[in-house]
Amino acid sequence: MTWSATARGAHQPDNTAFTQQRLPAWQPLLSASIALPLFFCAGLAFIGLGLGLYYSSNGIKELEYDYTGDPGTGNCSVCAAAGQGRALPLPCSCAWYFSLPELFQGPVYLYYELTNFYQNNRRYGVSRDDAQLSGLPSALRHPVNECAPYQRSAAGLPIAPCGAIANSLFNDSFSLWHQRQPGGPYVKVPLDRSGIAWWTDYHVKFRNPPLVNGSLALAFQGTAPPPNWHRPVYELSPDPNNTGFINQDFVVWMRTAALPTFRKLYARIRQGNYSAGLPRGAYRVNITYNYPVRAFGGHKLLIFSSISWMGGKNPFLGIAYLVVGSVCILTGFVMLVVYIRYQDQDDDDEE
Amino acid sequence: MTEALQWARYHWQRLIRGAPRDDDSRPYNYSSLLACGCKSSQTPKLAGKHRIVVPHLQPFKDEYEKFSGAYVNNRIRTTKYTLLNFVPRNLFEQFHRKEKKYIDQCWKDVTVGDFIRLSCNEVIPADMVLLFSTDPDGICHIETSGLDGESNLKQRQVVRGYAEQDSEVDPEKFSSRIECESPNNDLSRFRGFLEHSNKERVGLSKENLLLRGCTIRNTEAVVGIVVYAGHETKAMLNNSGPRYKRSKLERRANTDVLWCVMLLVIMCLTGAVGHGIWLSRYEKMHFFNIPEPDGHTISPLLAGFYMFWTMIILLQVLIPISLYVSIEIVKLGQIYFIQSDVDFYNEKTDSTVQCRALNIAEDLGQIQYLFSDKTGTLTENKMVFRRCSVAGFDYCHEENARRLESYQVAVSEDEDFTDTVSSFLSNMAKPRAPSCRTVHNGPLGTKPSNHLAGSSFTLGSGEGASEVPHSRQAAFSSPIETDVIPDTRLLDKFSQITPRLFMPLDETIQNPPLETLYIIDFFIALAICNTVVVSAPNQPPQKIRHPSLRGLPIKSLEEVKSLFQRWSVRRSSSPSLNSGKEPSSGVPNAFVSRLPLFSRMKPASPVEEEVSQVCKSPQCSSSSACCTETEKQHSDAGLLNGKAESLPGQPLACNLCYEAESPDEAALVYAARAYQCTLQSRTPEQVMVDFAALGPLTFQLLHILPFDSVRKRMSVVVRHPLSNQVVVYTKGADSVIMELLSVASPDGASLEKQQLIIREKTQKHLDDYAKQGLRTLCIAKKVMSDTEYAEWLRNHFLAETSIDNREELLLESAMRLENKLTLLGATGIEDRLQEGVPESIEALHKAGIKIWMLTGDKQETAVNIAYACKLLEPDDKLFILNTQSKDACGMLMSTILKELQKKTQALPEQVSLSVDLLQPPVPQDSGLRAGLIITGKTLEFALQESLQKQFLELTSWCQAVVCCRATPLQKSEVVKLVRSHLQVMTLAIGDGANDVSMIQVADIGIGVSGQEGMQAVMASDFAVSQFKHLSKLLLVHGHWCYTRLSNMILYFFYKNVAYVNLLFWYQFFCGFSGTSMTDYWVLIFFNLLFTSAPPVIYGVLEKDVSAETLMQLPELYKSGQKSEAYLPHTFWITLLDAFYQSLVCFFVPYFTYQGSDIDIFAFGNPLNTAALFIILLHLVIESKSLTWIHLLVIIGSILSYFLFAIVFGAMCVTCNPPSNPYWIMQEHMLDPVFYLVCILTMSIALLPRFVYRVLQGSLFPSPILRAKHFDRLTPEERTKALKKWRGAGKMNQVTSKYANQSAGKSGRRPMPGPSAVFAMKSATSCAIEQGNLSLCETALDQGYSETKAFEMAGPSKGKES
Repeated sequence: MTWSATARGAHQPDNTAFTQQRLPAWQPLLSASIALPLFFCAGLAFIGLGLGLYYSSNGIKELEYDYTGDPGTGNCSVCAAAGQGRALPLPCSCAWYFSLPELFQGPVYLYYELTNFYQNNRRYGVSRDDAQLSGLPSALRHPVNECAPYQRSAAGLPIAPCGAIANSLFNDSFSLWHQRQPGGPYVKVPLDRSGIAWWTDYHVKFRNPPLVNGSLALAFQGTAPPPNWHRPVYELSPDPNNTGFINQDFVVWMRTAALPTFRKLYARIRQGNYSAGLPRGAYRVNITYNYPVRAFGGHKLLIFSSISWMGGKNPFLGIAYLVVGSVCILTGFVMLVVYIRYQDQDDDDEE
Repeated sequence: MTEALQWARYHWQRLIRGAPRDDDSRPYNYSSLLACGCKSSQTPKLAGKHRIVVPHLQPFKDEYEKFSGAYVNNRIRTTKYTLLNFVPRNLFEQFHRKEKKYIDQCWKDVTVGDFIRLSCNEVIPADMVLLFSTDPDGICHIETSGLDGESNLKQRQVVRGYAEQDSEVDPEKFSSRIECESPNNDLSRFRGFLEHSNKERVGLSKENLLLRGCTIRNTEAVVGIVVYAGHETKAMLNNSGPRYKRSKLERRANTDVLWCVMLLVIMCLTGAVGHGIWLSRYEKMHFFNIPEPDGHTISPLLAGFYMFWTMIILLQVLIPISLYVSIEIVKLGQIYFIQSDVDFYNEKTDSTVQCRALNIAEDLGQIQYLFSDKTGTLTENKMVFRRCSVAGFDYCHEENARRLESYQVAVSEDEDFTDTVSSFLSNMAKPRAPSCRTVHNGPLGTKPSNHLAGSSFTLGSGEGASEVPHSRQAAFSSPIETDVIPDTRLLDKFSQITPRLFMPLDETIQNPPLETLYIIDFFIALAICNTVVVSAPNQPPQKIRHPSLRGLPIKSLEEVKSLFQRWSVRRSSSPSLNSGKEPSSGVPNAFVSRLPLFSRMKPASPVEEEVSQVCKSPQCSSSSACCTETEKQHSDAGLLNGKAESLPGQPLACNLCYEAESPDEAALVYAARAYQCTLQSRTPEQVMVDFAALGPLTFQLLHILPFDSVRKRMSVVVRHPLSNQVVVYTKGADSVIMELLSVASPDGASLEKQQLIIREKTQKHLDDYAKQGLRTLCIAKKVMSDTEYAEWLRNHFLAETSIDNREELLLESAMRLENKLTLLGATGIEDRLQEGVPESIEALHKAGIKIWMLTGDKQETAVNIAYACKLLEPDDKLFILNTQSKDACGMLMSTILKELQKKTQALPEQVSLSVDLLQPPVPQDSGLRAGLIITGKTLEFALQESLQKQFLELTSWCQAVVCCRATPLQKSEVVKLVRSHLQVMTLAIGDGANDVSMIQVADIGIGVSGQEGMQAVMASDFAVSQFKHLSKLLLVHGHWCYTRLSNMILYFFYKNVAYVNLLFWYQFFCGFSGTSMTDYWVLIFFNLLFTSAPPVIYGVLEKDVSAETLMQLPELYKSGQKSEAYLPHTFWITLLDAFYQSLVCFFVPYFTYQGSDIDIFAFGNPLNTAALFIILLHLVIESKSLTWIHLLVIIGSILSYFLFAIVFGAMCVTCNPPSNPYWIMQEHMLDPVFYLVCILTMSIALLPRFVYRVLQGSLFPSPILRAKHFDRLTPEERTKALKKWRGAGKMNQVTSKYANQSAGKSGRRPMPGPSAVFAMKSATSCAIEQGNLSLCETALDQGYSETKAFEMAGPSKGKES
């Protein structure tokens, strides 16, 4: 106790730097002279960064194709027209032909893109049950109320996976064929569809319910698939490590997109001869056209994209850095002018 | 309405707090002490601050048990405080029926019906009816300063029928019941009766009631029965508690909060409409318009309506609820720093600034008008006897003046002031002597006959006062007031006084020296014409009623004799002492009676006294030799001193204490005592005065006509013991007394002529005194024949006994008595300016605060004080409003206004035209400095509806306004008028009960905890101990508090808007569906944890300019007055900036991630992170000073954010449904784009503000920014820069200045200190005296030249020693 040692008055305040508000302080005095180097340094750094970003973004190739099937945009318009007005469109196939004049530098990622699709709509976004998806048996039978109206089927069975997000699972599928020589046969390009979801999602967050007698189907017994689904969840894929709740497409879909126009990874091309990228030649993408987007004015796109250290193609960052860097330099010059002019004045004042 | 008091224990709800009941069994445990330590619920927070040491719990318990055992049948424990005198104030004895004894209880445990026994100097714990007092007359003295601020003693009487009992009232046998009014707050009324068992009723009145909060004085012990306790006591009912004031800044902030609400509604409406439109496009789409569980979808209209409320929930952070919490925390921090400022600490009173209102600290930074009381606020309210004029001769008391001035120095140097006093006394050839306490330790001090000295009360020593914690010093008895150094010239004349003068009155001496008689009468009047109560501090008065006459045991007489013999050599050289009439008994008497004087002033030995006598006597030829010899011998005379002073009877005198109704009276009595005319005792029948050469004189007190404000004078009628005549001594205001003097009759007797001359001279002296700011009083006397007196008495008796219009009759009767007076002289009492007042006033003036002085004093005194404290400058133009009618008042005001307007119109043309362009003349800043003096009567007219405007307009032209003769009500009306009509921030400062209303009306009320009790402090928002603290409180803390809080509030608005808008912008991309891109835990914690501490720290610790600079440049205060930190447009600019920053913060990541596979929370993460950094860095840009605490908090905030995000992201797999940010932060931290986005966002968002601040710093710095540069300079550069600043400041207001320039320059130099001011003042006044000496002196003054020589020698000698 400090007070017991001193003989001063009982009410005398402590005379410390803190109580007397005399703590040593850094007192930034913002003025042109101080900010001048800062602006130039920051400007240069930003321009440097911007250039790097710009060029690496420019180096990324993208190839996209809108297969929504607007009339006159290819053979998918047939499917689009066929599916119009139906709640559950008929299975339909169409194809996208393209040719690459040169090597499409790998690794190449295949994305599908939906536009005008509000996955971030609040009522849509909350319509899921993470507990169910993590394989909790009780949650499997009793989906949360947020899933309503996709909580229980008309028969009263719990829907697995429940909710609007799962119900609207993207169900188009693509296969890529490569024609090495003109007129030659189309060779199927192997699409690596594993590892398209986040590792943690696939390994931790999404779990199948415990198998019953070694069978996933039995584990899901007593549940109903979402109304829009043609297959039960345990039949999403024949691969036992890719079916049920841990189907990669499903996991990817369940990570709801932030913006109404979004891409989702479909596959990576990195196997066999295609590990370096897509060699030049003609290609065909076979599209199983299931997913209706015309009702909400959306579009479906297929995108081949290479990738760099900064991810996909994005010129914005580079340009923004360049602009900000230039603005900084410019401000720096303004500061310089200010500094030179008003420094003189200050000197005058001093005298 | 009466309510019967049940005899049974009255269980009364404790509103204060539910203290544990078992406190009763452990009366001295810590918690009960705490509970006692804080007197009531008003200051509970202070409890923790008290440092209560509880030594030896166990021994006390043992002691207690021992006593309980020993006193089973003894109902009263009398020895309680011998062991435990460290908490006597809070504990008292209370009668417990069961245990049949008094036990110690806490205040809170007192219940109605308890018997309470209190000793002297204890505070009364509850309202109780007095049943017993140790005083034989059944009187109990109480001091009511805690209630009404009056520090005089009041008498209370034991209930009729109980006074006659000689033994203490026996609670066991008390079987009567009391009926009284139900609890009310009327302090001046109490009605009830006490009904004995035989149905006999005794009325109870206010005179029988002891009120809670008063202090028992001069009465050994009292017993009473509690009638009101706790919250029912009159004192508590009178205390409405601290008023809740809202600060101007908070009112401003509240309107802006309303704007925020508006903004919120607009945003929510946008959301609702947007959602409706969006949904109408997808009405059929079950993707977006998710059906209800029952299958049907809601219409877009309804969905829009729902969305409105959803949005309100989502965006409600916009309403800064946390702002209010933060404001409170910041205010607490600010208050903490104000209270712990060492500069506010006053060592003398061991008190510092006390913030009673916690929520208006920032108003201190915006004060525009200051209303100050004079007495006790600007002045010390220590009446110091300065000068007197007797029989037309002015005695300027040079030595005394010098003592006063260096007293101040001594105090400021924190030295034991006895050194100083003694150095003065050594000027008078009186070397230093030990104080009373050393006497007590002296060889004879332990004698049983001397036990009273054991309670050594060292009046002469400041530290002695602090060592007696439980007894406040008697009122008006600080050494500065009590020690008066006599004027040597006057002492000379005193030496001529011998008893012979009176004995044969007109036979032996043909020509009685009239002046000497005047002097004698003058001092007798000073000593007896008052209502002073004589007491020893720890002693009931009756014990010292006849101290020196009765209480002289033979033994001590012998000692005196032996002492005399020892010093007889020197004694024989003193003719004045030889001339005593009785050789054996009279001399010791006179000797002893003179002793107290010196031992009181400064304990001295007879040696010194003799020496002084010797040296002063003009006949002493070998005086200088004598002096030096004694001085040499004195150094080893310590033992003798001890002996001499421990003479019985003498310690009593040493402890004599005068308790007076007004400080003036006490000052006069102390002054008289300095001239060895000591008021020894006072009873209703007689007054005993110990007069130097005449010995003790006992005046038969025939009558006292007390002071009243109509007569403005008081009189005593006594029978003079020497002449045996009836004499009336009158003391009063000069204006009144001068009119009552006997008119010179035409026959022109020499006596009357002389009286005329005296009158003229005295009037001149009075004017002179008033010019120096002294309070003047005239002393007059009248000799009556017995028949005259008898006749008057008969009439007076009739008046006293009449029932109808008794007051008028009494007044008439007094008029009959107080006429044809003979003027004896006049006194000048100084109410000294407090230390540092002129400097503070000057600084506050410079800070743009208009200062009004509102005082009840008369005009001359007020104006003088106004000049002395620099409220008015010598070259100010003074307008005096003193009219008798409303019309005249209006006329006068309009003429003054016209004159002022004419002058200001003329001025700018004269000065320069170029300046006009720079600064258009504003009436307030124009060159004319004017002061307005208004008297109470005129003020009444001016405050009337029709003249209000004119009055305010007039005052707006004046730098200073002095209202004199103002009543408390007028004071508050003035404040109210200015506050409501001019829409300005007002501050009222005062110290007395008469300032309470003013303090409460003003925006900020400041109480000066001075001499006049606690009432002003209780009503105030802040309490300071001295006026000078006000300048730092306003200029530094006010400025800081205001700037800090306003900046913090603005920052809070910014923070909330900037963050919430991120959510809002997102609504445009999610169909206005109310989705947040952030997990709601992060959303909650963002405001609650991550960004809450930095603004609070900023609000508490921000320091835009250092305290030194703020004190040196009071002009900086003006920014607060103009609310520059927080104007309406600042709010909107802040909001705009927030909008910009949020736009940047949203759209940079938006464009970055547009069209990518980013998911909702992964999109929100960089937004949050960037927003956090933007918000924190924004604060750094705005901060003017950053300490390690700032950095700690900012870094802590960032770390806590990341820690939370990482831990939450890792742990929360399925928690927090429906979705959670699982593993997102981890993903992002490995992603370079995340960092790039954050950096880019921060740069773009903060760039504009940063650039603005930089440009502001270089191109158009505010005065505050410019002043901030000073903090970086070295001291030399700093003084140079300050000079330059002031030069520039003057250039800006050239319009105002050519007359003022020199004054301003000199004023801005660091002040030489108040002592120098006093020195100059006293020097000049004395110089005047020297010049007039030839006029003053007459042939009577034969020893003048020697005296003068002595005066010259005195100071130099003082320097040597």
